[in-house]
Amino acid sequence: MSIDLPTVGPGREPSSDAPERPPEASGRPRDAHGATPPSRPATSSFRLVLTLALAGAIAGFFIVLVHQWSEPRIEAHRALVLAQAVDEVLASPASTSVLWLVEGGFTTTPPPAADTSTLDRVWLGLDENGVPVGVAAVAAESGFQDVIRLIFGYDPGSGTVLGMKVLESRETPGLGDKIEKDSAFVAEFRNARAPLRGVKPNKATGAEGEIDMITGATISSEAIVDIINNRLDVVAAPLERFWSSGDRGAVGDDAVTRYDEVPDADVATEPAHAPGPRVHPTETEQGGQE
Amino acid sequence: MSPRVTSPSQDFVRGIWRENPVLVQLLGLCPALAVTNSVANALAMGLATFFVLMGSSLLVSSAKRIIPGEVRISAYILIIATFVTIADMTLAAVVPDIHKALGAFIALIVVNCMILGRQEAFASKRPVGRAALDAAGTGIGFIIALTMIGAIREVLGNGTFLGVPLFGPDFAPWIVMILPPGGFFTMGILLLAFAWWEERGEAPVKPRGWRVPVTRQVSEAPVPAGSAGARGGER
Repeated sequence: MSIDLPTVGPGREPSSDAPERPPEASGRPRDAHGATPPSRPATSSFRLVLTLALAGAIAGFFIVLVHQWSEPRIEAHRALVLAQAVDEVLASPASTSVLWLVEGGFTTTPPPAADTSTLDRVWLGLDENGVPVGVAAVAAESGFQDVIRLIFGYDPGSGTVLGMKVLESRETPGLGDKIEKDSAFVAEFRNARAPLRGVKPNKATGAEGEIDMITGATISSEAIVDIINNRLDVVAAPLERFWSSGDRGAVGDDAVTRYDEVPDADVATEPAHAPGPRVHPTETEQGGQE
Repeated sequence: MSPRVTSPSQDFVRGIWRENPVLVQLLGLCPALAVTNSVANALAMGLATFFVLMGSSLLVSSAKRIIPGEVRISAYILIIATFVTIADMTLAAVVPDIHKALGAFIALIVVNCMILGRQEAFASKRPVGRAALDAAGTGIGFIIALTMIGAIREVLGNGTFLGVPLFGPDFAPWIVMILPPGGFFTMGILLLAFAWWEERGEAPVKPRGWRVPVTRQVSEAPVPAGSAGARGGER
């Protein structure tokens, strides 16, 4: 079995006599690469720099070309995924529009001066008659392995969570990822009264707002409950004010539903540490999960 | 420094079997262990690596007279990184779900030593056609190795092949196989099988380093460093 090992290049060619070699006749000082083999004259630094600069420029040009082609497609896919998620957690509303959180209150029309790409927002779902059915909010916080990003529907009128869908997670396959694959767990979030409370299945009392934790994925499922509760701490009060104000905006005609340019600030709007004691994800979950 | 003379077919076949990058040369193990928890992921990773390897080999081989020896590694990395970035963005645009599953490992193709190794050992010294054959062989060998690992892990760890259930609802998947340890188990067993296949039929070889010359065997005096010890180290 002969393995074609990387053959030594010019720089590593065995040339034990190279260091003792006298300077070249022209008197040109040898460069830092003292081991440059005699067979190959030293290349001028200018040519080295020029070669790499040229290669970098060409590489950059092609990357920009591909980026311009791929970026709209990537954005379109993100928007599509978000639109489907909003549709799912609000049980297929007839139409949706965006609510912007401006100075502690939700509005359908952000002030012209505001930069909409950084404003916090939720999506308002309406039925065929233009009656609002609920809002969908995106939230993200750390779970067991990494940040869990999810979307949930909320009805500010009755204060109930309408549904939950995990958008991004890297929880343990087979255990933690049940937060999105276990349909019984996902169904717990349909019409659950906020604030949610995670309970072990054998300790459930049947009270409203109780979510049965997944056996073997306690931290991951508790994280979901905490993420939703923390996000509601921020948006529930302004949403209730918006709900009772009766402002529905100009919905259906010029209210363009914007699913693109979702700011990453969605993550940052969450309080860094949830109030109250919370099991830190770095604590060993293996014992509980096995 | 004249390269070993090989025929075109040898250049192509070598990387697939006898010098398979993963199973024989043990190169590129990071993606081979990390993203082979399903056949689809393994195939996508293999194809992306194949694309990068082929593109880099063609370019390095065509530009070998232009690139000065002093900066050749930098130039190779630049070329490889460009192809990786293109592959990364293309996957994100065309197959977003697979791109999400592969995560950072697409970007890490840049540091796959298999690719840089083929540039330095082969493409930078041979004509373009030979470099393409070598890249194709090595790339196919990589795809085969990753798909084998991915198939074993997905079938046992998830009970599916390319997402199609194989065993019905009563099958309890071996979850460990799609977790990181499963990658190591599968790789170890495959390497064992490959080594056995290579050596079958050959006369049993006595382990070399164990035979100590009789003249130096037992000695009261401390053994001078570099005699018996160095011999053992030759293995």
